[in-house]
Amino acid sequence: MNQRHRNAILTDRVMTVVLYGVAGFFLLLLAAFTVYILGKGVMEFDGSLLAFNAEGIGNQFFNTVYLVFLALLISVPIGVAAGIYMAEYAKNGRLTGFIRTCIETLSSLPSIVVGLFGYLVFVVMVHGKWSLMAGALSVSILSLPLITTTTEDALRAIPKSWKEGSFGLGATHRQTILRVMLPGCVPRIITGVILAAGRGFGEAAALLYTAGMSTDINWSRWWKLSSPVCPFNPFRPGETLALQIWASRTEAVAPNAAQVADMSAAVLIIMVFVFSIGARAIGNRLDRKMTGGKD
Amino acid sequence: MAKKETVWRGLIAACGLFLILLTVSIGVFLCYKGLGTFTLYKHSVWEFLFSSNWNPADDFQGGGQVGAAIFIVGSVSICLLALLIATPFSLAAAIFMAVISPRVSNRLLQPAVEIFVGIPSVVYGWVGLTVLVPLIQKIFNLQYGYSVLAGGIVLAVMIFPTITSVSADSIRNIPLQYQEAAYGLGSTRWQVIRRVLVPAARPGILTGVILGLARAFGEALAVAMVIGKMKAFPTGILSPTNNLTAAIASDMGGAADGGEYNIALWTMALLLLVISFAFILIVRKISSKGVRER
Repeated sequence: MNQRHRNAILTDRVMTVVLYGVAGFFLLLLAAFTVYILGKGVMEFDGSLLAFNAEGIGNQFFNTVYLVFLALLISVPIGVAAGIYMAEYAKNGRLTGFIRTCIETLSSLPSIVVGLFGYLVFVVMVHGKWSLMAGALSVSILSLPLITTTTEDALRAIPKSWKEGSFGLGATHRQTILRVMLPGCVPRIITGVILAAGRGFGEAAALLYTAGMSTDINWSRWWKLSSPVCPFNPFRPGETLALQIWASRTEAVAPNAAQVADMSAAVLIIMVFVFSIGARAIGNRLDRKMTGGKD
Repeated sequence: MAKKETVWRGLIAACGLFLILLTVSIGVFLCYKGLGTFTLYKHSVWEFLFSSNWNPADDFQGGGQVGAAIFIVGSVSICLLALLIATPFSLAAAIFMAVISPRVSNRLLQPAVEIFVGIPSVVYGWVGLTVLVPLIQKIFNLQYGYSVLAGGIVLAVMIFPTITSVSADSIRNIPLQYQEAAYGLGSTRWQVIRRVLVPAARPGILTGVILGLARAFGEALAVAMVIGKMKAFPTGILSPTNNLTAAIASDMGGAADGGEYNIALWTMALLLLVISFAFILIVRKISSKGVRER
């Protein structure tokens, strides 16, 4: 063994250790991050913080869920339809290439830019006020490209024989898509929707000037949809958890603002884990189903 | 029956074309608002990009100064610092995932990367504000801990998953023969990685880095929370400054709609849109070149 050879082997060993170190560092970083945020949330836990009133974050939590729900209500139908168009109807040409560029542009838009666009179009131009609906429309712009590409990829992954079989039985293209192909895509599309929901959950920059920074809910009037304090009225302003964290650093409105922000951060982290583990579980089940393994 | 088919087809196509309408209208509205600085208030593009006199009037007469150089330099320096921190680590993690231990990675690292992506930016900002900023203040004995360094670190954590997953994918896509041939010649694993895999995956790695850069450029609130919002050029990585997104996020609410101040902020947003579009074009160029080389 000459010196060069030995050096090469030594470098190899050292670099292997370094690479293991980096990988370990990332896992450690994530663990530390999560433990820190959850730990702080637990330590400062106080029943009143979770209350559905001005002191707690319950209303903000409700706003977040409701806003994401509204956003998905808008973006899922349009996104799935656009995905069907891209996978099944679009021809290979200039127009399709342009749509693809548009999807890429939409998916890499800075969310603050989307927020400004939303503010201009959904708030200023309709002479409205900050509202959950304006926020939901802005978030749906962000989740639209994700849902479109997921649907397209899922449709393209369906075996060709399914389609041919359906055509062979005399089904039209519409029937084939709706009855044969789309049902096969459902798990994948759901995975995409969960990821989009997760992204919407933590979104703040796009909501800064659309959803508003205040929440005034009267739970005893939940049935009166037109009332400005009705929780289900989509045209009332609604602060989300992420916005609340942002607000508590700039304008410390309440004496316990830091505590509230810690609690919101903990809730958001828990939701991230729920969403990503959920998406993963569905993906794994899909894999097992496709490869013929047992449940 | 045939009518149903036509209606359905029209509906689906309309949704596809809606994406074009949406993108174009975002572009048009931003131009309509953002170009006002140059058309309505008669400032030169040169002034906006290269002057550091930022003092727009918050009314409809105009006459202020709209030099955004401080914000542009702030954005660029924070992003470059973030890249400098994130790229080596991300590349190492990508190599680990693709070459050293795919099994461990599938079980642990891949989910961890996904969770890192999912953590909301305000949470990163909040932890940066409550942990990183005081820490930097203590270590370097500063008056405040708000700094380019804090912004760079927060952004680095946010963009590392992007760079890692794109790079790992491109390393995984290298034909197995490349590795086998190199091993056959007696290379060690590190030599294979350094001389064969990384060079072969270079277009993919570059794409990952640019996508990370694009994410860093557009990130608003996390940076705004730790940057300090000082209207001055950064003198070093420990000095506070300001950047494009933080300025938009914090000042838009207070500016009169349609006034010079307001329009100048719209121009910044337009600049962000132009930059993010430029990044897409660069990525396209790289990937089409990569395909041709194969």
